[in-house]
Amino acid sequence: MATKSEHPPEQLDRVVIRFAGDSGDGMQLTGDRFTTSSALLGNDLATFPDFPAEIRAPAGTLAGVSAFQVHISDHDILTPGDAPNVLVAMNPAALRANIGVLPKGATVVVNVDAFDERSLTKAGYEANPLTDGSLSSYSVYEVPMTSITQEVCKEAGVKPRDAERSKNFFALGLVSWLYTRPTEPTVGWIAKRFADRPQVAEANTRAFRAGFDFGETTELFESHYEVRAAPFEPGEYVQVTGNQALAWGLIAAARQAGLPLFLGSYPITPASDILHELSRRKEFGVRTFQAEDEIAGVGAALGAAFGGALGVTTTSGPGLDLKSETIGLAINLELPLVIIDVQRGGPSTGLPTKTEQADLLHAMYGRHGEAPIPIVAAMTPSHCFDAAIEATRLAVTYRTPVILLSDGYLANGAEPWKLPNLDALPVIEPGFATGPNHTADDGTQTFWPYERDERTLARPWAPPGVAGLEHRIGGLEKAAGTGNVSYDPANHEKMVRIRAAKISGISTDIAPVVVDDEHGDATVLVLGWGSTFGAIAAGVRRVRARGLSVAHAHLTHLNPFPANLGDVLARYQQVLVPEVNLGQLSRLVRAEFLVDAHSLNQVRGTPFRAAEIEAAILSLMEAP
Amino acid sequence: MTTTAVPLTTRKDWTSDQEVRWCPGCGDYSILAAVQMLMPDLGVRRENTVFISGIGCAARFPYYMSTYGMHSIHGRAPAIATGLATTRPDLDVWVVTGDGDALSIGGNHLIHALRRNVKMTILMFNNQIYGLTKGQYSPTSEVAKVTKSTPFGSLDTPFNPVSLALGAEASFVARTHDMDRAHMQETFRRAHAHAGAAFVEVYQNCNVFNDGAFEKITSRDARSSMLIPLEHGQPIRFGADGERGVVQRADGRLEIVDVSEVGEDSLLVHDEARDDPGLAFALSRLARGPFEPTPIGVFRAVERPEYGAEMARQVVQAQERRGVGDLAALLRSGSSWTVG
Repeated sequence: MATKSEHPPEQLDRVVIRFAGDSGDGMQLTGDRFTTSSALLGNDLATFPDFPAEIRAPAGTLAGVSAFQVHISDHDILTPGDAPNVLVAMNPAALRANIGVLPKGATVVVNVDAFDERSLTKAGYEANPLTDGSLSSYSVYEVPMTSITQEVCKEAGVKPRDAERSKNFFALGLVSWLYTRPTEPTVGWIAKRFADRPQVAEANTRAFRAGFDFGETTELFESHYEVRAAPFEPGEYVQVTGNQALAWGLIAAARQAGLPLFLGSYPITPASDILHELSRRKEFGVRTFQAEDEIAGVGAALGAAFGGALGVTTTSGPGLDLKSETIGLAINLELPLVIIDVQRGGPSTGLPTKTEQADLLHAMYGRHGEAPIPIVAAMTPSHCFDAAIEATRLAVTYRTPVILLSDGYLANGAEPWKLPNLDALPVIEPGFATGPNHTADDGTQTFWPYERDERTLARPWAPPGVAGLEHRIGGLEKAAGTGNVSYDPANHEKMVRIRAAKISGISTDIAPVVVDDEHGDATVLVLGWGSTFGAIAAGVRRVRARGLSVAHAHLTHLNPFPANLGDVLARYQQVLVPEVNLGQLSRLVRAEFLVDAHSLNQVRGTPFRAAEIEAAILSLMEAP
Repeated sequence: MTTTAVPLTTRKDWTSDQEVRWCPGCGDYSILAAVQMLMPDLGVRRENTVFISGIGCAARFPYYMSTYGMHSIHGRAPAIATGLATTRPDLDVWVVTGDGDALSIGGNHLIHALRRNVKMTILMFNNQIYGLTKGQYSPTSEVAKVTKSTPFGSLDTPFNPVSLALGAEASFVARTHDMDRAHMQETFRRAHAHAGAAFVEVYQNCNVFNDGAFEKITSRDARSSMLIPLEHGQPIRFGADGERGVVQRADGRLEIVDVSEVGEDSLLVHDEARDDPGLAFALSRLARGPFEPTPIGVFRAVERPEYGAEMARQVVQAQERRGVGDLAALLRSGSSWTVG
């Protein structure tokens, strides 16, 4: 066989690859490794892991298909790509589940060994798509991944059944060759990851190399490709997922506030990885508490906050339901508390592993009584780091629970992140009470737990341990100042209004919303929040590439809104609000600013495609 | 933490300026008095003492103590106390709760705090009724109880709180009652000294909605014949002259007997430190309700690792092994690359 190594690779500016297989085939790992080698090569990238809620749905069925989409490029990109250019399908079900999103002309690499009659039937194929001509508009490459993997592993003394499990590394090796990825990082990673199981390490390494060599030495592929490094700003970069950045952001926030971090949490998809990551980091003084339920998770966090710690709880929608009562208590106690909701499809159990933005109104209004709460939302996986610090800053400064909204897409999606200058992170000042703050009529100095700071309207934070500051707080209405139980109607009215004013006053302490309006002549503003940032920005670029003007503003503070938002909205003739829900921010801005916002909604469990945003903007421009 | 001597205090120093608002004649008054009078004897500081409660009549307790305190939400006090106790091992954390708060809406938090053995002293006032919501049956009410919500009689089998706590792996379980200040104080003192989660059931009379629920065993006349004091290392006997006692039959059953018939040497000797909770459980089932001779005192007191201390140990070990956390290094814990 002739080697093709003398052929230089063809240059591509970007490519979107989707790895798909059974839940047990290791597709998430394969995608993750490909992503890491691409990050080390200097590509810009964005990923979209897409997997079922079942750990092992019946093998070979459509329900069990797990996929990982990665977009790599030599320029700045914003989304994991609307549609894949390449699909790697490990079995017929993976092909069938994903062929619908593949544009004509795309490349399909299949594990031909898995296309036996039984597997075809399980996937619902009546005829073999590899032979019936139904794939004629794609470039299809049939590769015997299973059998070659078994063959090369046999020499290492691995049984065929065990060897079969390494076929994902064969696929990774093949695609690594196809896109000219270096092999060393993956080989090194395998050695480290499977250090305690040398035979598995050997099998995976052999399969990986066999996949790479297969591409190199067979005549099957006409060419291979290269996606060069993107021109990043100078600096040091790492690849992060949203959940990882969020966990690190909490550690950073505790450091900035000089407080010990306490996480009370109950396992729930897709938030559990934050609990996992923080429980590995005890050297930072982090205490993680896996509670008996969601209510105990937030309760313990609130108890820790009473004691002077940074109390945090992490959850997803169903857990947020259960935490509502405790959040209301925290509003009344006026103690700092950070509640992280990694949103997923709802209602009820809904779509545990799919993304959605439908908890905004829940975060805003999901408590009895007048119970205002600041809401912060993360825009991108790496922005979760900043969002965690910002949520903590507001919680500690204003002695209030804060809800931080992330979602399944951000939680599991990865991107390159330029490491922040740690010296420039905001300083958070807990400002614990140290002594009396009130002079009684008779001149004695006393401590009033509900005396307020004039600027922030925050009450003192006085953890137990200081003599003279002993006080009792609770869920019953508190008398302004003394904090004693009060059923007085006028006092209640006063306290309700103070709590509202304290939260709305935060609008002057947050960054104004920044409008991206290239030439300042746009008439249409796209207003987004949270994880739609990438898709909206990419859609806006597409519209601008047509020579048209359109503006984009993106909110990370949902309550209160930035102080300039009303003025910004008033400057545009039309406002488009894309959301992965049925129109929640659009209701809020309509109610708050009397603006005729147009909603663009989808709830498929996936992020918006840039093309959808583009189409909606164009259609709004054509409308009178 | 300060190392100066704990100042001498009196009951007054532990009493807040808030007017106590329980119904006149409520058993809660005597429990509050017992606690306020005990505190000066415990050698603890007011500023390091925290009372946490949920919802219900008993839950108003923290407002009347001049310590730190939190009146929280229904059933959640053990969860909130867990977060406080594990992050602030320097504090004395007390949980005051009732039968509805602890065993109904908050049952899950109670059993988990007990099994984890978080350092907290839990006082559960059991009056076998819902008082603050005006007289519905509770999870400790006897079967067939007629209340506003059960006009035809309640159907539920009640919890035996001591049995429940023992079943939840509690390391300290005791029972006392609101008619005997000395016994309450001794029991609370033991509970407070326990290095872990301590559970104390306090029989408490609700004179408005369930008056006399414990009268058959706690009234002055009945006590000697109806209360069985448990004393560690002592034969279990009761009666004005210690004429009755408890024996264990060959099949494991406990039985109340006349000491004169079996002889003192046959009596069961109480061992609160027994690793196996089986005998303590059997003692908790000796009476079918507060109308038969009922054991009071410490059923079980065993040593077990305390949750917060174990949590702190893991932090210290991680810091010894890896050094104190360095954020810059953490952010580079995966692969990093440099541009430009």
